[in-house]
Amino acid sequence: MTAPVKALMDQLARLGRSGVGVLEHLGRAHLLLLSILGGLGDLVRRPRLLLIQLFSVGVLSALIVAVSGTFVGMVLGLQGYYILSQFGAEQTLGVMVAASLVRELGPVVAALLFAGRAGSALTAEIGLMKATEQLSGLEMMAVDPIKRILTPRFAAGIISMPLLAAMFSALGVMGGYFVGVGLLGVDDGAFWSQMQAKIDTYDDVLNGVIKSLVFGLVCTWIALFQGYDADPTSVGVSRATTRTVVHSSLAVLGLDFILTALMFGE
Amino acid sequence: MGTEKNLVTIKGLHYSRGDKVIFDGVDIEIPRGGITAIMGPSGTGKTTLLKLIGGQLRPAAGTIHVDGEDVHRLSSSELYKLRIKMGMLFQTGALLTDISVFDNVAYPLREHTNLPESMIRKLVLLKLEAVGLRGVWKQMPNQLSGGMARRVALARAIALDPMMIMYDEPFTGQDPISMGVLIELIRALNDASGLTSVIVSHDVEETASIADLVYVIANGRVVECGGSKEILGSSNAWTRQFMRGLADGPVPFHQDAPPLVEDLLGGGQ
Ligand SMILES: Nc1ncnc2c1ncn2[C@@H]1O[C@H](COP(=O)(O)OP(=O)(O)O)[C@@H](O)[C@H]1O
Ligand SMILES: [Mg+2]
Repeated sequence: MTAPVKALMDQLARLGRSGVGVLEHLGRAHLLLLSILGGLGDLVRRPRLLLIQLFSVGVLSALIVAVSGTFVGMVLGLQGYYILSQFGAEQTLGVMVAASLVRELGPVVAALLFAGRAGSALTAEIGLMKATEQLSGLEMMAVDPIKRILTPRFAAGIISMPLLAAMFSALGVMGGYFVGVGLLGVDDGAFWSQMQAKIDTYDDVLNGVIKSLVFGLVCTWIALFQGYDADPTSVGVSRATTRTVVHSSLAVLGLDFILTALMFGE
Repeated sequence: MGTEKNLVTIKGLHYSRGDKVIFDGVDIEIPRGGITAIMGPSGTGKTTLLKLIGGQLRPAAGTIHVDGEDVHRLSSSELYKLRIKMGMLFQTGALLTDISVFDNVAYPLREHTNLPESMIRKLVLLKLEAVGLRGVWKQMPNQLSGGMARRVALARAIALDPMMIMYDEPFTGQDPISMGVLIELIRALNDASGLTSVIVSHDVEETASIADLVYVIANGRVVECGGSKEILGSSNAWTRQFMRGLADGPVPFHQDAPPLVEDLLGGGQ
């Protein structure tokens, strides 16, 4: 073989290898998901494990979600007012704020915050448990670490996510109300009545909840997989934590586009 | 259920990690009721061997029987049942860091028995008493020294009264006093409850002092096997070097590498 041909073949081989690597990775992630789901039956009999995780995954993420939601709502109120008032439509500010929050910003931003706050913590925790042989230790005690450690965290992530997104949206509406009605003088009654008239329980609220359930599943799955699959060293855990945040954020934004197209497209 | 003389029988074990061959045809028999030591320098695969015995890793070839059962042919529920009868003490202790010492020792009892909490409390305190650490039951694992954490882990490993315990480097990082305590403890546990003990270690003196049977492994094979006196007095060049800690011998201090000059002049190519 001549040198250029050989170089080309090497490139192709490398491409193939990384392709196989990605598929292997995905395969392992799906197998882990199956085992995690297999532990759900057991979890019903141990609600305490779930409660503990609901606290550390959900409740501890609530503050950052609440504060961010309020600010995002206030900004929406401000920006919405400037644009809508150009058309004399500032009475519909409530609709604009609520629709943006419930349909998009609530689920998406809450999921991004969740990935940064809870997802990274989950990955680091599981990765360190692996590095310090706690997971192996459980296995040797004849306890399945996936059922006992991963499944409760997974369930807690999925349950927390819609609640966090709802909190984000609710506080966002309050923020928008404060700016629009309180500071900029939009009519109080119009703000609420327009919102009530135009926001649909199914089209807007339910679709938002579905989105956040999907995001909760994906973010928690990525976080748990990265921790469980991490190299059991300090570098390995630190890389896995970074990957959790990057992969979750990309997955949330990409999925949001797909879900929006499916839900709101004709 | 086996009643053979040997609790663990390893035949023709082969295992590799990537390109690196770790076991290249290892045969080991671990008799019931005794203390068997498996010694070898760091990185020979002692921890790996224990994980193979515990069914956490799968050999490329060869079989491992524990109590008459082929570990790697069991279904996962059968494997879990077998593991209840095997205790393992990890090098780091591997205690769960988010629950207290008491809850750590109680963990296997709560998982695998339906005992009432009052009974569990008594058992946990007795197990902690056996390792001399009843006083720390309220503490969290991060409040313990490394040696204490390992003794708590030992209490956890014996909580379900297993038929065997595997110790991974139990003597490293122990101060001289806790070393003596630990040696006596391992002996006492072994003799009092009819356990079978397996110790993997590179601490020659301490391990040889309590082992009934010693295997020396190197380069993926068993180099020698015998009573600890025999092994200490062995004429095998390899065993002599390892047991006496000599720098010169069949095992080079340096890992395989090109000549130093070549590396220094070659700019690391
Ligand atoms: N998770 C792993 N991935 C790759 N190689 C490993 C892993 N764990 C151990 N090894 C390698 O396997 C060999 C045996 O390791 P180990 O069983 O821990 O040795 P020992 O306990 O005798 O010191 C070492 O050379 C180590 O580099
Ligand atoms: Mg080791």
